[in-house]
Amino acid sequence: MSSPITGTSPSAADAASNPPPDSEAGLDNRARAVAAAPSDPQRRSRRLQWILAGVVVLLLALFPIYQGGSLLYIGLTCMAAAVGAIGLTLLTGVTGQLSLAHAFFLAIGTYSYAYLSGEPGGQAVQYGGLGLHPVLGAIGGVLLAGVAGLLFSPIASRLRGIYLGVASLSLVLIGQHILFNWDTVTGGFNGRPASEFSLFGFGFSNDRPENLFVLDVPFGKNERLWYLFLVILVLACLFARNLLRSRPGRALQMVRDREVAASVMGVGVARYKAYAFVLSSLYAGLAGVMLALILRPTPESFGLVLSISYLAMIVIGGLGSVVGAVVGATFVTALPAIFQQYSDLFPFLAQPGTGGLDASTLAKFLYGGAVVVVLLVEPGGLGAVGRRFIATISGAARMTKRTVKSANPQDSPTTDSAPSQRDSPPQREAPDRASNQSDRDEEHR
Amino acid sequence: MRLFLELLINGLSVGAVYALIALGFVIIFKATEVVNFAQGSLLFIGGFTISEFSDDFGFFPALLLGITVAAFGAVLIERILAIRSTQASVNTLAIVTIGVDIIIAAELVRRVGVDARTLRDPFGASTVNLGGVEVASSRVAAIVVAALLVSAFFLAFKYTKWGIAMRASAEDPEAAALMGIRRGRVSAIAWILAGLLATVAVVFLVAFPTPGLDGSVTRLALKAFPAAILGGLDSTGGAIIGGLLVGMAEQLALGYDNYLSFLGGGFGEIMPYVIMIIVLLVRPSGLFGTKDLARV
Repeated sequence: MSSPITGTSPSAADAASNPPPDSEAGLDNRARAVAAAPSDPQRRSRRLQWILAGVVVLLLALFPIYQGGSLLYIGLTCMAAAVGAIGLTLLTGVTGQLSLAHAFFLAIGTYSYAYLSGEPGGQAVQYGGLGLHPVLGAIGGVLLAGVAGLLFSPIASRLRGIYLGVASLSLVLIGQHILFNWDTVTGGFNGRPASEFSLFGFGFSNDRPENLFVLDVPFGKNERLWYLFLVILVLACLFARNLLRSRPGRALQMVRDREVAASVMGVGVARYKAYAFVLSSLYAGLAGVMLALILRPTPESFGLVLSISYLAMIVIGGLGSVVGAVVGATFVTALPAIFQQYSDLFPFLAQPGTGGLDASTLAKFLYGGAVVVVLLVEPGGLGAVGRRFIATISGAARMTKRTVKSANPQDSPTTDSAPSQRDSPPQREAPDRASNQSDRDEEHR
Repeated sequence: MRLFLELLINGLSVGAVYALIALGFVIIFKATEVVNFAQGSLLFIGGFTISEFSDDFGFFPALLLGITVAAFGAVLIERILAIRSTQASVNTLAIVTIGVDIIIAAELVRRVGVDARTLRDPFGASTVNLGGVEVASSRVAAIVVAALLVSAFFLAFKYTKWGIAMRASAEDPEAAALMGIRRGRVSAIAWILAGLLATVAVVFLVAFPTPGLDGSVTRLALKAFPAAILGGLDSTGGAIIGGLLVGMAEQLALGYDNYLSFLGGGFGEIMPYVIMIIVLLVRPSGLFGTKDLARV
């Protein structure tokens, strides 16, 4: 399901959207990268990316015709996670603000939707519901998550670096406490159901219309939701990609790379950090609503583990890369589900609780290990690997390789932006980097 | 009043344990600029090793073994981080430790299973009477041991060669390296000490009256984060005060739970995080942390 939906162009988006936060590449390099006119191989590579993206979306659109059942459902969870991961990568990858609070904002989206458009009910625990139209509920869920992000942003924009990471941790734990205790809204420990979605009288459920067939394939709830989610995901990707190439997007990246330089250039650092926080929580709210449509939300599931798995997604995909976030979300979400689903294909897997190696433990090993390996070996993540591959087959890489070798072989952020820097002499890179490094050190003291 | 005294002593004891863990965080952060999210796993490694061997060897040899294994694990993590520590940002290294934590915690949770294990510590379920207040003796021992360890550490920071080297390289890494201080050794020792502190802490963290060692121990260890942060990440004294503050607040809130029921049951569990948010709102670098100044 890897979908390079955002066909990032090497000339602008690569240089700008994808270096991980530790990239030291000077801003002038970036400016030069943007200014460089796209040459033939680059244009070919960009075209290839768009074509690939189109093919992937087309294949995804055809998927429900061929596959139903559990694979379809796993796909739905992946798409919901992908939207949330894009939001987190805008905050953590692009703006450089480490956040462990993502699960909290997801939960707000989920429960706002469930409360706003749900009906009152429940046996052991009575929960309420406003019974609004699902569309209103969904919009409310997204907006309320954004409001929560806005409320936290005064704290977020004041704290620097790692302090924010730990402070956001508290948001998840406090949020979970609220979820468990505010049972008139959340249904308490056992959760509550959310109502099914409908748009202009068309139900994204098994009825309205009942017995819908497309090409002789029965289109039930999951098939219908598939297309809804696919549209949302594509839009979410395009929005994030365009944002990264716009003026505010560049400002966000500058806040990550050099706060001082950003504020000297007239970027309101605190304000932009707050923007990033709100935007990321809006995305999280949307993902939360999507989650509410496919599973019964319980407070237990919106804990620190969820936050950490979102962090793992964007790291594995490559911090700051939109495509990477989608790929990473698929990797982290689908892995345990597929192990569980096809456990008979993996004979070394034991049943959960027997003390052997069970599916969820194996998945945790794999994605925990992937996080470590990616950050230590290829900080650009799977996104960077994919981009390099595309560049290779489109012929844009011939120059690239030489540039990279002579510049800084062990630093892959340089590798990312290399195709666009081919016009500039590679040696320029080294002194730039050195001076940046020492500047940064001074800043720390 | 009786209840208050009892809660105060309990809070002091729990706080002392948090302070030990937080001290480990701070030592690592000062020496290597890494925020170690895998601290909970170090605790878990130490506790697990003790529970494995205390049956056969007795508690104290098992404790030594636990400290060794945890310290070894810590150095291993340090070596992994060292691969990129010069280029990567603080956030990146922190995320690497999260990745390590995912792996270690998953494996140990699987091995421990659902039943809580006892470490067979010598305190057992005994209690002591302190001025009319019954307190578990493990709680009193925690205060004593933590006080001893903390004073030993402060003396070491001030007088030993390693302590001076560490403070020097925290102050100015480059100058320290130029003066012949081996940063690799400083950071390795810092991680070893963190492993030692974590293992000692876990003994008291899962001793009577708590049910014992199980998967939730990493969540308990998480509370050392607010302790370290609200004291200021780069202040060793702050870690101690932060730990005590967090422990007391938590125990008091748990003890007076029925007065706090409007905030939901078990509010004490999240009390440390609430305090942290409030402190950070007023002082973004913690109570005693150095302010992060930028030179333009």
